[in-house]
Amino acid sequence: MSMIPQLLFTGLGIGSIYALVALGFVLIYRATNVVNFAQGDFSMIGAFIMVVLAIDLGVPYWIAVIVAVVTMAAFGILFNYGVYYPLRHRTFLPVVISTIGASILLQNGVLAAYGPHPQSLPPMLPFPGFTVGGVFLDSQYLLILVVTFALVALQYLFFERTMLGKKLQATSQDKEMASLLGIPVALMIGITFAYSAVLGGVAGILVAPLLFVSINMGSTIALKAFAASIIGGFGDVTGAIVGGLALGVVETFGAAYISVPYKDGFAFLVLFLFLMVRPQGVFGEKVAEKA
Amino acid sequence: MTTNATLSHPAPATSRGAIAGGIVLAVIAVALAALPQIMPLSGYVLNMLMQAVTYTVAVLGLTVVLGYTGQLSLAQAAFFGIGAYAVALGTVDYGLGFWLSMALGLVASAAAGAVLGLTSLRIGGHYLAMVTIAFQQIVTLVLVNSIEFTHGPDGVSGIARPNLPGVSLTNGRAYLTFCIVVLYAVALGVWYLRRTRLGRAMQAVRDNELAAGVVGVHTYRTKVVAFTISAVLGGLGGALFASGFSYISPDQFSFAESVVFLTMALIGGVQSAFGTALGTGLLILLPEWLRFLKEIYLAIYGLSVILIMVFMPEGIWGLLERIARGGGAKPAAALVTPRPFRLEIASDGPAEFLETRGLAKHFGGLRAVDGVDLTVRRGTVHALIGPNGSGKTTLLNVLSGLYKPTAGSVTLAGRDITRLAPHERCAAGVGRTFQNIRLFRSLSILDNVLVGAQRPGAPARGEAQLRERAYEALGFVGLADKASELVGSLPYGHQRLVEIARALAGQPALLLLDEPAAGLNPTEKQDLVGLLRRLKGHGLTIFLIDHDMAMVERIADHITVLNFGKRIAEGSPRDVLRQPAVIAAYLGEVPTHGAA
Repeated sequence: MSMIPQLLFTGLGIGSIYALVALGFVLIYRATNVVNFAQGDFSMIGAFIMVVLAIDLGVPYWIAVIVAVVTMAAFGILFNYGVYYPLRHRTFLPVVISTIGASILLQNGVLAAYGPHPQSLPPMLPFPGFTVGGVFLDSQYLLILVVTFALVALQYLFFERTMLGKKLQATSQDKEMASLLGIPVALMIGITFAYSAVLGGVAGILVAPLLFVSINMGSTIALKAFAASIIGGFGDVTGAIVGGLALGVVETFGAAYISVPYKDGFAFLVLFLFLMVRPQGVFGEKVAEKA
Repeated sequence: MTTNATLSHPAPATSRGAIAGGIVLAVIAVALAALPQIMPLSGYVLNMLMQAVTYTVAVLGLTVVLGYTGQLSLAQAAFFGIGAYAVALGTVDYGLGFWLSMALGLVASAAAGAVLGLTSLRIGGHYLAMVTIAFQQIVTLVLVNSIEFTHGPDGVSGIARPNLPGVSLTNGRAYLTFCIVVLYAVALGVWYLRRTRLGRAMQAVRDNELAAGVVGVHTYRTKVVAFTISAVLGGLGGALFASGFSYISPDQFSFAESVVFLTMALIGGVQSAFGTALGTGLLILLPEWLRFLKEIYLAIYGLSVILIMVFMPEGIWGLLERIARGGGAKPAAALVTPRPFRLEIASDGPAEFLETRGLAKHFGGLRAVDGVDLTVRRGTVHALIGPNGSGKTTLLNVLSGLYKPTAGSVTLAGRDITRLAPHERCAAGVGRTFQNIRLFRSLSILDNVLVGAQRPGAPARGEAQLRERAYEALGFVGLADKASELVGSLPYGHQRLVEIARALAGQPALLLLDEPAAGLNPTEKQDLVGLLRRLKGHGLTIFLIDHDMAMVERIADHITVLNFGKRIAEGSPRDVLRQPAVIAAYLGEVPTHGAA
């Protein structure tokens, strides 16, 4: 039976996408204490930039990828100044609502500019894939797994080994102390948004050849990524990755063995179960507000 | 929760402007309700009014959950859909009749709301928002895919309208009038809710959840109740909507609609029932006026949400209120002489009022409180001192239930309270104040103190007694004449007093004060000493942290000194402050640990 390893492979591929978006959630949450509801739309924007560059303008594919990633970084900074920065001294609720507003604006802005028809992108690699032991390894899924692994490894080295990474960590742990130590907190938060936008954008670019590029592709991915980060333990980087991968696998198996139309529901069922039984997630610790 | 509406004290803040505003509103309301009966309305206008009225019922749910309680729900369209489909399927497929179908829809909405709330509101913050989005997606999936039950994407048509005894509502104009009457009842209820115990508890949770728990609000239950009310109002709006339009389909109850509901509440002013109605009306009429924007109107919605949050967080109604308040006279102070303050404290029971044994609180490797034995005797003023970082506030947080201890026990008057939640400790007689003042900032001084007075198990019952009790506590700290002012406008010293009054109104037997003198000027400190002495005279046991040794020496009967989470000295002020270990701890002559 090659069914199970096949589903596992597919599940891990999709799960990697959730993991990347979940990482974006977690990094912004740690820096600002706010969940960015437009995180999924970063993926949508990334995918649409690819459509514009590679399909409409005919830019060579890999150059388009590089330009799209750089554009996403700039977009993250712009997002920070438009949506988060003016509200940074308020409680979390106005900021959350503002990111929801941004999400609606982005989706409908793209809708107005590009119309409601889903676009498609060709696979990124010139060969379909390999068959190993009866399991077909699709090249796009392989690429997703490799890129996700590389990004996670790079991110680990960046946060643990570089000065900028440590400054970002310091900012997320204690903004006041960080700013007393001369760390430019506002800039650090800007960088976090840029990086999270890149993560989201990369996820969108990678997943685009598998799905249609549509204005609401981001919402579904983001919801599942958020569910993944709660399952992993909200605010925890490892939790986001493990939760994302696990959710991808659960969903793929659910679709194969239980029901296809309700495929998108499994993630939320798992989420409800976790909230009832272990709300702090697999890796999370309970945290109390300081009195 | 019942409220007794008989007021012995005049309700504060009823200025002439508010009465005039009320009259204007009443006239508009009656005119609107009569409109369908008097004026010939085209089908188009009738439909628009029907939509505005049924939507407003649903959006008023958001006023309760988001405006009053500060919890973000993004599934209002799902609840709207549950109510609508209950009426649609009930009347069309199962022949249950409108009223029974609607009742089933409301029960289903309430059940779904309660379950979602129970799972996601235990942990605060973003969980409700995300879980409601997830729920919204599941509802949409079911509506579209479960074709044999819901008719799938085609929707349900031919939904019947109800009849009242003797009155047929099948006619569109009659049905609209019926919906308007329901809307008025709901709006009035939501408006009145704010002035009840439950409503105050909701607002306390919104303004400062931590402090709400400490003054006796069962925060988790309050949030779940608020969310359930909101779900039921969503269902009610949906039920009315389905009958109004006689045809429904899944896309009317999608996530995008939830967002539209949210925007309606925010634009009008989510903290007020009137604001909600205003916002809903505006956003239903606006797209008609702005037809040229049809293609991008949702993008404009999104942009306006951001702009409202940045420039107008209280919405249009909030802005109008602020203008009215700024232009008009200040709310008149209630001309009442409060009765003298009383505390009813049982004088029997052990003399060791509060006891801790081996109490410890560790944060990872940090032993903030490390095995503390403490005995606070009944009716004394007991001070806890120690250098910065010695674990004093952590100890107080463990005592008031904000932190679960790592080890050890806490007993109050012989009763083990180690495992009790903050609001249960409050009910057991523990009151406290915070080092960094935690008041309910958008409420008046009186309302702040009322939240304290209404703690579970307090002797004050009914609105009249609660008010009396609150005025007594305010009179005791000397702020009765400022009762109707907003706490945000008070000077710092007065804010501290409001916090003390809030704790006192709940009739505590033990008062925990975290640095009550911090930031006070010498005169205010003098007054505070007098206040604490009078409280001691009432038989209250006081446990306080402070750094002002002169003050501590003057009022404390007993002092415990803490350093590095451990008790290092204990005794009368005169003895303790002369002990070498204490002097060393304060002057830093201990082996150099640096600043702890």
